[in-house]
Amino acid sequence: MKEIRLNVNGTEYDIAVRPYATLLEVLREDLGLIGTKEGCGEGECGACTVIIEGKAANSCIVLALEADGKEVTTIEGLADGGKLHPIQEAFVEIGGLQCGFCTPGMILSTKVLLDANPNPTDEEIKKGLEGNFCRCTGYTKIIESVKVAARKVRG
Amino acid sequence: MKEYSVIGTRVPRIDAREKVMGEAKYAADYSLPGMLWCKVARSPYAHAKILNIDTSKAERLPGVKAVVTGKDFNGWTWGFMATTRDEPPLAVDKVRYMYEGVAGVAAIDEETAEEACSLVEVDYEELPGVFDPEEAMKEGAPIIHAYRPNNVSVEYHWNFGDVDKAFADSYIVREDRFETGRVVTGFLEPPASLAYYDPSGQITVWAAKQSPYFHYRHLAGCFGVPLSKVRVIQPYIGGGFGGTKNDSVAGDFCVVMLSKKTGKPVKYIYTMDEVLTTCRRRHNMTVYNKMGMTKDGILTAIETKVIGHGGAYTAIGPLTMFLTGYGTPAPYRLPNYKYDAWRVFTNNPVSAAMRGHGFTHTRFACDIQMAMIAEELGIDPVEIMMRNAIDNPKRGDVYRAVNGFKLKTCGIKEAIKAVAEDTLWADRKKMPTEDGPISYGVGISGTGYHGGARQLGHQACAAIIRVCEDGTVNLLTGATDCGQGSDTVLSMMAAEELGVRYEDISIKRVDTAYTPVDPGSYGSRVTLLAGQATQLAARDAKKQLLEAGAKAWGVKPDEIEITNGVVSLKGNPERRMSFEKLAKIACYEGAGAVILGRGHSDYGVEEHLDFNNGTGEGGINFSFTSQTVRLGVDMETGKLDVTDFTIAHDCGFPLHPVSVESQNEGGAVQGLGQTIYEGFIMENGRTYNSTMLDYKMPRSTDIPTIKLINIITDDPDGPFGAKEASEGSIVSTPPAVIDALHSATGIWFKELPVTPEKIVKGLKEKGKWMK
Repeated sequence: MKEIRLNVNGTEYDIAVRPYATLLEVLREDLGLIGTKEGCGEGECGACTVIIEGKAANSCIVLALEADGKEVTTIEGLADGGKLHPIQEAFVEIGGLQCGFCTPGMILSTKVLLDANPNPTDEEIKKGLEGNFCRCTGYTKIIESVKVAARKVRG
Repeated sequence: MKEYSVIGTRVPRIDAREKVMGEAKYAADYSLPGMLWCKVARSPYAHAKILNIDTSKAERLPGVKAVVTGKDFNGWTWGFMATTRDEPPLAVDKVRYMYEGVAGVAAIDEETAEEACSLVEVDYEELPGVFDPEEAMKEGAPIIHAYRPNNVSVEYHWNFGDVDKAFADSYIVREDRFETGRVVTGFLEPPASLAYYDPSGQITVWAAKQSPYFHYRHLAGCFGVPLSKVRVIQPYIGGGFGGTKNDSVAGDFCVVMLSKKTGKPVKYIYTMDEVLTTCRRRHNMTVYNKMGMTKDGILTAIETKVIGHGGAYTAIGPLTMFLTGYGTPAPYRLPNYKYDAWRVFTNNPVSAAMRGHGFTHTRFACDIQMAMIAEELGIDPVEIMMRNAIDNPKRGDVYRAVNGFKLKTCGIKEAIKAVAEDTLWADRKKMPTEDGPISYGVGISGTGYHGGARQLGHQACAAIIRVCEDGTVNLLTGATDCGQGSDTVLSMMAAEELGVRYEDISIKRVDTAYTPVDPGSYGSRVTLLAGQATQLAARDAKKQLLEAGAKAWGVKPDEIEITNGVVSLKGNPERRMSFEKLAKIACYEGAGAVILGRGHSDYGVEEHLDFNNGTGEGGINFSFTSQTVRLGVDMETGKLDVTDFTIAHDCGFPLHPVSVESQNEGGAVQGLGQTIYEGFIMENGRTYNSTMLDYKMPRSTDIPTIKLINIITDDPDGPFGAKEASEGSIVSTPPAVIDALHSATGIWFKELPVTPEKIVKGLKEKGKWMK
């Protein structure tokens, strides 16, 4: 076991992890943050997307050791208590979700996209969400949600 | 059109908040103290006898708590019909497809369980396999099931009218061979279940099921316990699309058996590799279609021969083959129709239901063949569709198809007209047809799909409404929202009927200990059937409330109305009280009362389904869809860029427009993937693209701009006039794309998926390849 320190959603955790444990496993199993989902487990579907130091990452292919000392944001870290983040509000208002399994990852990828580019074009939105697979919606309402989220974030 | 307070509004999904916050719990998110992890050991052979299984090494691995094999299930098998129960939880005497489960292991963690699986020693005697259905039908082919020595798992021969005479009298007759692809449903959440077999003999599972009550029956049968002792608690479901999550998988049975053996809760989560190599997929089918027409392009007859690739077990195959033939007499008038279908066993993974079930194969073939004949006859494609399209019956009239199904509404003509007038089609000749190596084309389709599916067996579908003393409402149904939005729609219906606000309704997810039995999500049945049950339950509860209110006010119940949470006297709107107050009066009456409304759907029981003859009521009503597609094809590389869809869909009435749109968009994009790139690459039973990198499904960058047009026909049998949404657009997309591809290249592609390789091959054969 290896001792690491993770800053997840603003809280510091000193935990012992198996050296081969993925960040996804540690988030879900050790920290109980089950909002991060496992779809393919191979870095292809984006369901496990989290934000590490401002960048979107597939937590299923990141070792927990690699995140040692870093700041990680999961879906649980987005709302302010009961108040939704503007991106979450936009997904609710527009209906940018169906089964919801891709939603946490989709929303976190949106956050990374909008943090870097608050006024993206449709093509930039599509590119920004390319790593997040959704089988339910056909993406149309997700893209619309991101546009509305961008307006909200810009204020 | 009627005015509604809640129905037709764009309320947020009832589950949206939990989902965007990451608070919605799926099966894999549940844990219990002391929980063990299960993994399934699988066969490396596609067809082999099992001579012996030695689990001793696996059992000795530290951390392993129990191992089960097929023999632990005492010969129990399951399947769709009493005569087709041919699938064991784990293989017993032989394996029939590669990676079929042979043992299940419970261990303290997932890694140990996985390691133990590799220590399960199985002596196999490999048998010759057969992987192509037409090969499997030949004399002397390896026999997969002793009870079906010809490898035909299901066979139907239907005959309506006189096709031979009709073909003889036709001006033109075409015969073509079409193929549909071997594709996966593509849900993102892998199957998972947490099971606990408690010392009292009760089974409790949290399982990812879109038909939890099928699973409940499977567990009761498999473990010999009464239904009252099987509790399936339905978590949120991460997509379904039919097949796997309607059914049970090896892991589902293993976790319960392992929990029984160890006394501990046991959980499994399949990997995506297990999903893509062992789970249910759509039947790929070969459709030999013969179509006759008059000189004026009027349909005279269709004769369809279908060979469905069944894989190793029957599963829901009898329904698949029924649906594949059932829908052919719509949306075009068809006076003579013959259908011969064979579902054939092979040593491949099992084929089952998937969105667009059955219809997609034959509507694809028929729609394309009609366009081919139109081209031969020199008739405009829209014109030939309109000449044959079924008229929308006048209110009160019924259109009877040649095989007997009834249509009370039909929006196909209106839908075709809508897309033909839309710019994508109307201005297609003004748009560029070429740009360097890119050739552009626009195509059109017109299809139908039925909703409110009924099948054989127990079909109860009920709802219970409980009005709380504070005027809020609990809605209980046995229906499952696997993402389509039915919890939202059912809650809207309950609010509309009761006259309360949408936010006053709280819908509970399935718990077989409390909710009414129901077949679950398939065949676009939930909104229609559970919707009807919800309406009836709400009316029952409302009746009880009105009686209490009438007593309090000294009036008759029918003198009171409830709208938007306000109760008032019809003749004197000044006399009013809140719904909360009325609920309190009703609940506190006498020694205290319970306001419980109940209702069940009873649609379609008059004309029973007859699979062998192709007759009966297969569902409540038909949706109709017309779609146009614009695409560009690179005449050198065969690469396709599909840029635009316009979809006019007869949804009856859009109850929750957001969900109707999202369902139609999702169905169309799923249909696009299956038309142009999705498909398992298999050889001798082995799947070569068992990752999401290799099995391509549409991403955000792949989607066209989608324009939706709702055609409103207000069906008298659908609740609030509704029909299905999403199965229609997955059926309309493939023929529209193929028609557009023909418009761009002049070539009819008849085998799905139409990959760039097939396009280049087609271009080369016609001398159109651009080097």
